[in-house]
Amino acid sequence: MATPPRPLPRLDRDNRAFWTGGAEGELRIMRCRDCAAFIHPPRPICRVCLSENVAPEAVPGTGVVDTFSVNHQAWYPGLEVPFVVARVALDDAPGVFLTTNIIGCPPESVDIGDQVRVTFLQQEDIYLPLFEKMS
Amino acid sequence: MAASDAYITGVGQSEVGMRLTRHPLLLTVDAVKEALADAGLTIGQIDGVSSYPGKMPSYLGFSPVGADELVDALGIRATWYAGGGEITSQLGAVVAAVGAIRTGQARHIICFRTVYEAAALARPEEFPPIQRKRVEGSAQWTAPFNAISASIWIAQYAMRHVKRYGMTREQLAQIALTDRANAAVNPRALVREPLTLDQYMASRMITTPLCLFDCDRYTDASTVLIVSAGDALDEVTATPIRIAAMAGTVERHSWDQAEWVAAYPTGADLWKRTDYKPSDVDTVQLYDGFSFNVITWLEGLGFCDIGEGGRFIEGGSRIARDGELPLNTFGGQIGAGRLHGFGFAHESVVQLRGAGGARQIPGDPRLAVATSGGGPLATALLLARD
Repeated sequence: MATPPRPLPRLDRDNRAFWTGGAEGELRIMRCRDCAAFIHPPRPICRVCLSENVAPEAVPGTGVVDTFSVNHQAWYPGLEVPFVVARVALDDAPGVFLTTNIIGCPPESVDIGDQVRVTFLQQEDIYLPLFEKMS
Repeated sequence: MAASDAYITGVGQSEVGMRLTRHPLLLTVDAVKEALADAGLTIGQIDGVSSYPGKMPSYLGFSPVGADELVDALGIRATWYAGGGEITSQLGAVVAAVGAIRTGQARHIICFRTVYEAAALARPEEFPPIQRKRVEGSAQWTAPFNAISASIWIAQYAMRHVKRYGMTREQLAQIALTDRANAAVNPRALVREPLTLDQYMASRMITTPLCLFDCDRYTDASTVLIVSAGDALDEVTATPIRIAAMAGTVERHSWDQAEWVAAYPTGADLWKRTDYKPSDVDTVQLYDGFSFNVITWLEGLGFCDIGEGGRFIEGGSRIARDGELPLNTFGGQIGAGRLHGFGFAHESVVQLRGAGGARQIPGDPRLAVATSGGGPLATALLLARD
C-alpha cells in the first residue's frame, strides 16, 4: 500500500517562503531587520518591536529536540505507525520551535536533547522540513 | 451578596451518550429546561444566551447549535447574546456572560455547550466530514507532520514532564482511575465501569506517554449553566453559587511556540483577583480532555510546584472523593464524557450545593475551582457558596 499524502498547507504570501525554501535547500524563517527577532509563524510584522521591515531569512537548519512523542495511532487509513512527532528548537533562531518528524532512525532512539538537522520532503509544491539525528 | 456580582443559579444537562439520534437543538433544550427548573426560572425571564464556540457549519459535530438558533427556537427576548470560538476556551462563554451581567446588559443568561461528535462520526451522510484540499491557519504547522490530533500536541508537554521531572505512567494513571471511579457513581456518566491500574498499564499507546485511557472520547450531550445578576437573585429558588473570580489567557496562536500551556498563567492570574488561596479550595474540577491537562492545572493553580504534579497525585488518595482535594467528582471528561469544558462548572455547582448524591464529597464544601482548556487557551472560574 502506498503511503498516503500528508495534509499539506495552502500557500499564502505569509507562509510561502517557509514552505517552499526547501526547493533551494534552505530553511527560511521570517526575521525582523530592525531588531533581529525571529517571527514564527511568519507574519508581516515583528511581534517584538512592531516593525514591518521583516523578511524571510535562511537559518542553519540544525536544532535540538525540545520534546517529542512517539505516535502509535493510525489517524487515517494507510498512515504508517509508529512515527515521531517532535518539537525542535532551531539553532540560531531563538524562540522558534518547529513541530516536525524525526526520521531515519528507530522511533525509540529519539530523546530530548538530540541534535538534529533538516531534510526536506517534497510533496506537490510543498517542501516539508523534516529532521534527522546528526550522530 | 453584592448586587454587582454574578452567580450560577441553575445547571442542566441532557442525556449523555454516543451516537444519539435526538436532534441536537432538542438536546440543548432538554438541558435548558432542566437548568430553568433547577433555578426556579421560566424562559420568559431569560434575556441573554452565550455559547462556545458558536455553530460550526464546517464541523457540525463539534458544535451543531448556534446561540442565535437557541434564541430563536425558544422565543427568547435577548438583550445580549454571543457565540464564538475566539475566546479563552469553553468556559470563556461564561466569562463573557458575566461581563454582560455586570454591565447591566442582561439579568439571566443561558450559557450552553452542545456536542454531537459521536453522532456526527456515525452518520457522515448527515454530517459530512471536513473536506479541505489544503490546511490553513495554525493547523498548517502541525498537520503536515501527521500531528493531527490534540493528543499529540499535549503529549509533547507530557513527555517533557516524563523526561524532566520524572513523571511516571503509574502517577499519570491516577487521573483516569479517579475519573472512572467517580463516573461509576454518576448516573449520567458516559463510562460507568471502573478502571484498574492493570488495565491502564496494559492499554495501547496512542502517542507516548498518553495511552487510550488518558483520552476523553466523542460524546453527544448538552450542558447548560444559567448566570444571573446579583440583584436578580430574589427571582431564583435554588442556592446561588457566586463566581468569585475568573481568569483566562491565550498563549501563542500556534500551540508549538508556547513554552507552557495557558493553564499556568491562567492559574496564577486567578489568585490575583481574590483573597481566597488554593488552601481554601474544597474541590477541583479540572479540564481533562487528556489526563495530563489535569497535571498542568494542578501546577498552574499552585496546588503544587511545577514538575511536582505527578508526585502530588501519586497513589490517588489525595484527589479521591474523600481526599484532601477531590478531583473531577462527576468523572471528568474521561469518565463522564467529552462535555467539553462545561461539565466542570456544572459539577462544581452540584458539589457546592451538596447535591452530588452518591458522589457527594464529605464535609461542607464552599469553594471550588472549575477550569476549561488544555493548550494555548485556558479559563478558570473560582466558585463560592456564600
